[in-house]
Amino acid sequence: MADISAGQIFLSAVLANNFVLAMFLGLCPFLGVSNRLATAAPMGAATTFVMLVASLCAYGLNWLVVHFELEFLRLISYIVVIASAVQLVEMVTKKYSPALFRALGIYLPLITTNCAVLGVALFQTAREYSFVQSLAFAIGAGAGFSLALILMAGLRERLNLARVPDVVQGTALALMLAGLLSLAFMGFAGLGAGE
Amino acid sequence: MAIPGQQPLSHLEEFMEGIWKQNPVFVMVLGMCPVLAVSVSAVNALSMGVATTFVLLCSTLLVSLIRNVVPKEVRIATYIVIIATFVTVVDYLIAAISLAVYEALGAFIQLIVVNCIILGRAEAHASKNPPLRTAVNALGMGAGFTIGLFALGSVREILGAGKLFGVALFGPDFQPWVVMVLPPGGFFVLGAWLLLFNWLKNRAAGSAGKLAEGGAHG
Amino acid sequence: MNGAPAVVATSSRAMVATLALVATLCGILIVSAYQGTLSAVTANKRVALERAVFKVVPGAVSVKEFVAGPAGIAPAGGVPAKDTVKFYAAYDAAGALKGIAAEGSASGYADVVRVLYAWDPARQAITGLGVIAMRETPGIGDKIYTDAAFLANFEALDARLDASGTALANPIRVVKHGSKRNPWEIDAISGATVTSKAVGRGINDSAQRLLPRLAPNLDQLRGN
Repeated sequence: MADISAGQIFLSAVLANNFVLAMFLGLCPFLGVSNRLATAAPMGAATTFVMLVASLCAYGLNWLVVHFELEFLRLISYIVVIASAVQLVEMVTKKYSPALFRALGIYLPLITTNCAVLGVALFQTAREYSFVQSLAFAIGAGAGFSLALILMAGLRERLNLARVPDVVQGTALALMLAGLLSLAFMGFAGLGAGE
Repeated sequence: MAIPGQQPLSHLEEFMEGIWKQNPVFVMVLGMCPVLAVSVSAVNALSMGVATTFVLLCSTLLVSLIRNVVPKEVRIATYIVIIATFVTVVDYLIAAISLAVYEALGAFIQLIVVNCIILGRAEAHASKNPPLRTAVNALGMGAGFTIGLFALGSVREILGAGKLFGVALFGPDFQPWVVMVLPPGGFFVLGAWLLLFNWLKNRAAGSAGKLAEGGAHG
Repeated sequence: MNGAPAVVATSSRAMVATLALVATLCGILIVSAYQGTLSAVTANKRVALERAVFKVVPGAVSVKEFVAGPAGIAPAGGVPAKDTVKFYAAYDAAGALKGIAAEGSASGYADVVRVLYAWDPARQAITGLGVIAMRETPGIGDKIYTDAAFLANFEALDARLDASGTALANPIRVVKHGSKRNPWEIDAISGATVTSKAVGRGINDSAQRLLPRLAPNLDQLRGN
């Protein structure tokens, strides 16, 4: 797939194939951290950074495992690298922004088990992206994830002011909202189709 | 989850925990990514459920067996490596059994690694309980997860394609609700199922208990 | 943590030892699963490939994989080198070359559309189309493999090389529904133009790269 431009990959990952709303990756933090706008943005930034690191490492690792014909170790090496990258981000946040560290709480280490991060690594491998394409893909995926998270947080902050029946409270409501957002994002389909 | 000081549950109760009280899909809302992504048809949903159950059972069993020798500091790393191992095994097994299913599930088989249910079970249950109890609990959780996936997959396939297991249910005049097999449909159907469960729970608890908000991470 | 005994102070040696032990165990598990399923997986892939190729090249009973590079064609194997195109040669029961199948891909409406097309060396035309993977809108984009009128485009889609043999004489083009005039044009599906165009673009890109390299070496395939 050498013929797809990096810009096209980026756009597609942000909008048309948004990681959260079209590919269902990274739903855990999407539903968990999207209560407040103030935490959604840093969470998005942290995840984007981890995605970028994971994507770079995955590119190198994939070269290694293919070179030595050890494809069956691919998954294990990816997950170990991602776990280390998350640990790194965790330490950096703890040192430079303890307040943010507390706000993100349990969801920071949970980036390890964020399918979106591993998804970036796995999809770029499956689609045989080049180095530049992988970078564009990782940044696009991160931007798309942050966009979805921030939009959702904005919506949920407004909803706090609304009177919602008891039955619909909580996750059910969040899912319905996500469905509407996803429906809206479907309008972006076709953006990637160049002529 | 065994709360300290509580009576240990019988094995049957342990099994039912995962299916009803702590159903990973409907009650705990865990592991949502594969649930929504592969539930476009009943077959996909079932295969995903069985694959996840297999990984869950094997990895929690191993975790439970070695729970007394693994130092606390490295336990999460150990768990992740164990889970990744079994996922790789399942990945190859599915490719060997049916390439069609393998391609339909795609990257989501490998994404089982980051399914919170498995790491959650390993950490919260398997690391504190003997193998037999762990296995029973894991089977229950797996069954609950499979049921949840199937509930979602069958509804989406029936409404979105007018079929179940690939067999057309309605006449040729049926106009499928295409949106149901598209991404938004996944959110809507799961939301609807949660509504149903909330309503049942509310009715059972009467007006007394305010429903516990499902902790959402998956 | 009532299960973990050494909570007070764990020596790093114990930690490393545990990790090494677990890693060894997992390594053994993975490798045995890989070895144990390898033959079945290869067989499955083979069957899937044959099924896909036989569908676009009717009458074929066996298939061989090749790669076409700047230096000519060679049987596929090992890690594919840069700048090569993979294709499949399909043979009938008597061992005669029935047709060539190759993959084309281009971005469609939602995601990349991957198709397998058949090329008939005798007629210098594309004679069949199959879809490998797509995520287009169900009910609209999937017409590319259900719509009989669209598939009729690929019964004899002109794909002959120009005089110099370096490119197609007429690039394969997708035209608006109902305005097909020439044998190298594809009549788009009305309402699914973007997906139709992706199919045409995928085939054209792939054919432009593959056929100039393949055509001079056809005898090599027949010899098999």
